[in-house]
Amino acid sequence: MTITFYVLALSGLALSFFKSREKTKQALKKAWKSFENLLPQLLAILIIIGVMLAVLTPEQISGLLGTESGWVGVLIAAAIGSITLVPAFVAFPLAAALLQNGAGYMQIAAFVSTLMMVGIVTMPLEKQYFGKKATIARNGSAFIFSLVVALIMGIVL
Amino acid sequence: MKKIIKRYRVFLLLAVLNGIMIAVWPDIGIKSLMITKSNMIDMLSVIPPIFILLGLLDVWVKRETMVKYMGEGSGLIGVLLAFFIGSAAAGPLYGAFPVAGVLLKKGSKLSNVFIMMGAWSTTKVPLLLFEASALGVKFTVLRLLLDIVGIAVIAYFTEKILSQEERQEIYSNI
Repeated sequence: MTITFYVLALSGLALSFFKSREKTKQALKKAWKSFENLLPQLLAILIIIGVMLAVLTPEQISGLLGTESGWVGVLIAAAIGSITLVPAFVAFPLAAALLQNGAGYMQIAAFVSTLMMVGIVTMPLEKQYFGKKATIARNGSAFIFSLVVALIMGIVL
Repeated sequence: MKKIIKRYRVFLLLAVLNGIMIAVWPDIGIKSLMITKSNMIDMLSVIPPIFILLGLLDVWVKRETMVKYMGEGSGLIGVLLAFFIGSAAAGPLYGAFPVAGVLLKKGSKLSNVFIMMGAWSTTKVPLLLFEASALGVKFTVLRLLLDIVGIAVIAYFTEKILSQEERQEIYSNI
């Protein structure tokens, strides 16, 4: 997928360069500027994620989300999912391992859903673009929605 | 120089704290450093083409075009386009913020931007394939169907809760 983006970006650049050198230069300048704008917070977030993942081991997480954890387990799963920002290639195998070790579908659904939709660590970044109110509204409604998803998936699966 | 230090002060502070961690608890400290390093490499490999495409979009796509396809009154086309942009994306949700920024700057409707972000977070195609292989097709399909409803509800709710002035403010802050 990433390769597709590189191909797209490079062919876009080539086409743009062919049509107007000046505009291409402008585009690259804008690209760099918006990246540099994002960088301070991005770097800080990366360190926070690194420390969190180093402290929380998969064993500790599965201890909290055992079969009998019920709604408490769902809430813990949703909280962990909201705070952490685990890349998908770590999260899905982790979720699969938790399921095999006796965690419930409801807890795992809450974890996966909040992981994807709610980002507490990235809220300062989001606030920069959408302001405080919209950021809280989006994350808050995504959190509640994740609980609904967990409930439905717990019933169906 | 002073300006740079000020902008990066949170990062510098965290880096120092991480350094202290390495000195006090070497195993956790070094592990966290390794995780940060691999995340950083991931990020740096995903981000450049996104920003180049954004730069090109910013320079070449006229505001009127964006308004026509994704602005007020763009209707179903705007919604579908937003869904498509989000689902075709790569990388974590924070990569969606600058994309949202450019869409807003060019006059896209706020709810369409929220739909794009929702799709970005939950309906990315390569991610779905990976999810299905790890958690099963049934889990993935059910979550996907529920999330498509959720994306629309959350986007609608987030837009509705903002007053006219607050929406204006978002556009003028970009």
